[in-house]
Amino acid sequence: MHTFLHLVPGMLPAIPEIFLGFAICAVLLFEVFVGVKRPGATATFTLLMLVVGAALTVRYADVAHSMVLFGGMYIADPLAFVLKLAAFLCVAVALLYSRMYLENRDILRGEYHVLALTALLGIFVIISAGSLLTVYIGVELLALSVYAMVAFDRESGVAAESAMKYFVLGAIASGTLLYGMSIIYGLTGTLDLAVIATKLTAPGSLGVILGLTFIVVAVAFKLGAVPFHMWLPDVYEGAPTSVTLFVGTAPKIAYFALALRLLAHGLAGTSADWTVMLMPLAVLTLIVGNVVAIVQTNLKRMLAYSTIGHVGFILLGFIAGTPSGYTAALYYTLVYVLVALGAFGVILLASRKSFEADKLDHYKGLYQRDPLLALVMMVLMFSLAGVPPFVGFWAKLRIIQALWETRHPGLVIVAVVMSVVGAFYYLRVVKLMYFDAPPENLPATLRPLGPRFVIGVNAAATLALGILPSPLLDLCSRLIH
Amino acid sequence: MQAHLLSILIWLPIAAGIVVLLLGERHVAAGRWLSLLASIGALALCWPLLAGFNTHTAAYQFVEKAPWIPRFNAFYALGVDGISLPLVVLTALMTIPVIVAAWTVVKTRAAQYYAAFLIMEGLMIGVFCATDALLFYFFWEAMLIPMFLIIGIWGGPRRVYATIKFFLYTFLGSVFMLAALIFMYVKAGSYSIAAFQALPLTLVEQRWIFAAFLLAFAVKVPMWPVHTWLPDAHVEAPTGGSVILAAIMLKMGGYGFLRFSLPITPDACRELNLLVVTLSLIAVVYIGLVAIVQTDMKKLIAYSSIAHMGFVTLGAFVVYEIVRTTAQVQGAAMGMDGAMVQMISHGLISGALFLCVGVLYDRMHTREISAYGGVINTMPVFAAFMVMFALANTGLPGTSGFVGEFLVILASFKAGFWYSTLAATTLILGASYTLWLVKRVLYGPVANDHVAQLTDLNGREFLVLGVLAVLVLAIGIWPEPLLRIMEPSIHHLVTQAVATKIPA
Repeated sequence: MHTFLHLVPGMLPAIPEIFLGFAICAVLLFEVFVGVKRPGATATFTLLMLVVGAALTVRYADVAHSMVLFGGMYIADPLAFVLKLAAFLCVAVALLYSRMYLENRDILRGEYHVLALTALLGIFVIISAGSLLTVYIGVELLALSVYAMVAFDRESGVAAESAMKYFVLGAIASGTLLYGMSIIYGLTGTLDLAVIATKLTAPGSLGVILGLTFIVVAVAFKLGAVPFHMWLPDVYEGAPTSVTLFVGTAPKIAYFALALRLLAHGLAGTSADWTVMLMPLAVLTLIVGNVVAIVQTNLKRMLAYSTIGHVGFILLGFIAGTPSGYTAALYYTLVYVLVALGAFGVILLASRKSFEADKLDHYKGLYQRDPLLALVMMVLMFSLAGVPPFVGFWAKLRIIQALWETRHPGLVIVAVVMSVVGAFYYLRVVKLMYFDAPPENLPATLRPLGPRFVIGVNAAATLALGILPSPLLDLCSRLIH
Repeated sequence: MQAHLLSILIWLPIAAGIVVLLLGERHVAAGRWLSLLASIGALALCWPLLAGFNTHTAAYQFVEKAPWIPRFNAFYALGVDGISLPLVVLTALMTIPVIVAAWTVVKTRAAQYYAAFLIMEGLMIGVFCATDALLFYFFWEAMLIPMFLIIGIWGGPRRVYATIKFFLYTFLGSVFMLAALIFMYVKAGSYSIAAFQALPLTLVEQRWIFAAFLLAFAVKVPMWPVHTWLPDAHVEAPTGGSVILAAIMLKMGGYGFLRFSLPITPDACRELNLLVVTLSLIAVVYIGLVAIVQTDMKKLIAYSSIAHMGFVTLGAFVVYEIVRTTAQVQGAAMGMDGAMVQMISHGLISGALFLCVGVLYDRMHTREISAYGGVINTMPVFAAFMVMFALANTGLPGTSGFVGEFLVILASFKAGFWYSTLAATTLILGASYTLWLVKRVLYGPVANDHVAQLTDLNGREFLVLGVLAVLVLAIGIWPEPLLRIMEPSIHHLVTQAVATKIPA
């Protein structure tokens, strides 16, 4: 007993994961004893758990310096701390937006929330991963939870189909990741990323390139980079919108961390190799994502391709391969998650029982039907397009700056041209909402007070961070350096 | 208050716009009066600005500087000099007629209409006042949003096409400028425009930066061949939108050339000046010809705007040819003086002409020239104003249109005979399309019943057109105060433009 208590202070930085493990059990039990009688109670309870978890994280896991726990498996550093808080917030907001949507489809069940929490645990594990093994555990935990969430609405054939696609392709990606890791392990004899970093210091060896290729492919798949993006539009479109919201936001934070821990930290010595691999991926991703988004008629699918386009920008930050570039990628990721939360939230609030507001045409004349929602969506669309005074502008600016610092004029040109292409389809959404007349037979939007307030704050945050971008920019910069 | 005058000028209209937006359509009468008060207030604030302006220095005045993004060394830095001050005043001035002209005419979503214009006024003043390139770009782009909505919501039948075209054209130009600005930031470690102007750049770098700037500003001016968004945007925009587009937004392109292209990339400008001069002359001659055959009044004035803005770019870039042929700098300032006066004058005249078209459109709901004829019989007072602005548009001596064009033609004569000859064709072409327009619309017998039932200007319209007419005549007869405000800054600009920045 004494020895156990002795261990506790050393484990405190891992409190987010430990608490989350407890919370998962608690939510499961709560569902069994309370949730079955009162359907909404579990959702509230889960939100409470997330708040408590975030509070405990702030209290105990806030570390000033990088700490390594559990024999190198687990890293607790300021970056992990902030990313976990962001993931907490993101999941809480996502669940808040989803509640009425789930209720209307009779899938507001405890299991949904348990899966969300296990996915969040996976996200945390990836964020704090210090060894290849932890990376893989985190990736699988997140992926398996999300597969189940996509298929959660068992009445829906489309959802089952996309879950199937996601699962099969995701399994291949996991295999690829594992294979790449095994090669790296074979070359270095260690799973510890910090040790790998000291052993692989020179680019160019054939074995390393082989291992890297598999790892880069897996990362590209997870992020949704072209040509490994095929799953993304189908999953976004086919999944229940609340799940699309979930898949489209918090996991992006984890996959950013995945790329950072694996490529930028563990395999830093070989950055000359993987930046070359990422370059064609990023260019293709930017072009395919933005160009294909233009022809979509389904908003969820359009946002899926827009996600792919934004992933291209995040990859550009990694291609710069400097702390400044990683800062840019981190900033871009956080900004994208903030805006995507709101955008999918709007779809959730515009949907009714047995009505999915997922076609672009459903947004015709939204201004006349629901001015607040239209205003929120307009702000978010301009932010995604990267127009000041919204925060998306700074994300693009930061990436371009990183590219100039590392002398990549060609990529700068691709980036700016593609942001103009992107502007077109975002403008089209604004056009539908503000310039077109509403069709006759659309049901009214949802008006729950809480989510509407939060989505208003969400949009206001994109404006506030756009006018005064300094705090978030400084934070990202401090986390990476 | 003196210390924060520019900030107040920027944020007062924006704040008023937000209040009007919050008041909503239910309190639109209150919103309307508030808009008018705010826009008049902004103009009134220009008085201490003009009174306190020192005309003996080229330095920025009324400067404000506060840290904005310390990490990027970017500041909330404002200031005006002889080049930006007239444009600031023009912006504050031209917003008032827009609001007055909409008074009873705009009925749908009226509160948002006023709010959009007020917010845009603040952003546009911000563009002219920013002395930090990042802040400049921030205002420059943010301004697109209200204009996009103005054309898209209150525009004509093809408004969606026009507004998306407008947005994408300007956005495309701007992002290249952004890339160039970031490039220079990475080199200079600061976003201050002064630091960019002092930054040594090799010729190759300058060429690329020049190309990026050219794309951004040429689209905005607009220069041939990237002008095609303008006729569409003008035709579809509501009257107020057209006025602001023609009077202020186009000036931003000209301002960009003077503030960015010439001082930051002087060597590239020297090398490529013939390109810009040629494009300007094409605008003057070819677009002038195009204007003649238009059947839509707004489109005609839009093309005439492009032709007149050709004088601005011509005046700015003919400098190099003057220095080359005469080997002295004195004459060069004349071209830039002309460019500046032309911007102010065109702001007033084109704004007034669009307001005139608005007056007719409000009564007849058509802009087709063929639907009119003999308007002078039913609207004599209006006809007098329109004839006056039309003559100013052709550059009649005594009006502001004459001063700018005359200075530019005179300057281009120093550069070479053919430059001035081609530029001077505007005197014929401008007269042709403008006077022919006047002849078809105003004169002749009353064309139809609709024209017969027209009522002359009301007090509101009279006031607006009257004030503009006085200003057009004032600058035409006595341009000296305007030229004196500009002189030190223009002089400074010419020295910057003819210097070299290539590191030894």
